[in-house]
Amino acid sequence: MKVITRAVRAFGHFWWDFLVGDTPELAVATGAIVGLAFLLDGQRIVGAILLPLMAAGFLFVSTYRGRRRAPRP
Amino acid sequence: MHASSTLILVVAVFAASLVEMVEALTIVVAAGVSRGWRPALEGAAAALLVLGVLVLVVGVPLIRYIPLDALRVVVGALLLVLGLSWLRKAILRASGHKDPHDEDKIFAATVAELGAEDASAGAAAMSVSAQSPAGTPAQSKKHDGVGFAVAFKGVFLEGTEVVLIVVSLGAAQHRLGLAALAALAAAVLVAVVGLLVARQLSEVPENTIKTVVGVMLTSFGVFWVGEGAGVHWPGSDLAIPVLVGFFVVVFFAFTAFMRTQLPAPATEKATS
Repeated sequence: MKVITRAVRAFGHFWWDFLVGDTPELAVATGAIVGLAFLLDGQRIVGAILLPLMAAGFLFVSTYRGRRRAPRP
Repeated sequence: MHASSTLILVVAVFAASLVEMVEALTIVVAAGVSRGWRPALEGAAAALLVLGVLVLVVGVPLIRYIPLDALRVVVGALLLVLGLSWLRKAILRASGHKDPHDEDKIFAATVAELGAEDASAGAAAMSVSAQSPAGTPAQSKKHDGVGFAVAFKGVFLEGTEVVLIVVSLGAAQHRLGLAALAALAAAVLVAVVGLLVARQLSEVPENTIKTVVGVMLTSFGVFWVGEGAGVHWPGSDLAIPVLVGFFVVVFFAFTAFMRTQLPAPATEKATS
């Protein structure tokens, strides 16, 4: 029983680390992009423009958050 | 399926596997140098076998039993998380906000770690062998175990991401065999080059390859999330190379912006 619990916990930990880890904004980004894609169901040009732009926008936010900062005086 | 998306699939899987296997090889070589080559190579081979079985066990049912549209949304989402994360790291590294991946540093750290364990194991074995002559075989058995475990763990952990990429890209395009072959080819190439150049792995342009993979995974991710959700891409599969071009431009633009508008302070060390 203990082995199973440990395996389940390790499995959950792996997926949490993989999907969220230290960049939760990217998990949010993915959720938002998936949501938008379903909202745009069938929209040809709008979807083709909005989805990549949204991915780029979230990427910028995440990169900005991850930048190296000067130490506070 | 258009030839361009198949080509991008092969390149993406091959490059991702190349990068991860270079990292794995660093650990295997470190284990081989410190603990002996036999356990290190056995550990690496065992991990590759387990990874191969994982591809079959996870990938084949995905292709057979999950509806293609649902599969593409899930796979697209996974690829997006992975691709955006690789691209983010690539931009931070290229703009000086994160230290580049250093194989030499990893090699030295692994050798030092294994050396420290060797010393403590040696001290323990000396105290055992002082009491009984049967201590020597037990010590060599333990050495084998540590070398095997370190090599296995290195290859398995680095390879897990490759398995995810192989299964995702392969399943969504119904080309699991091709994706697995591309990954295997990269692993063999790294192993052969690794044997020839021993540990000159720092020469591999890892950050550049990671950028390429990040761009491709993000492009596939956006495409499949849209496709699976019902968005019709103009030009169908031809939209993938267009997305690749867009994210290449995004990479260069963001890197240039971070470099010029938000330059990294010189003294600080890397973040995550």
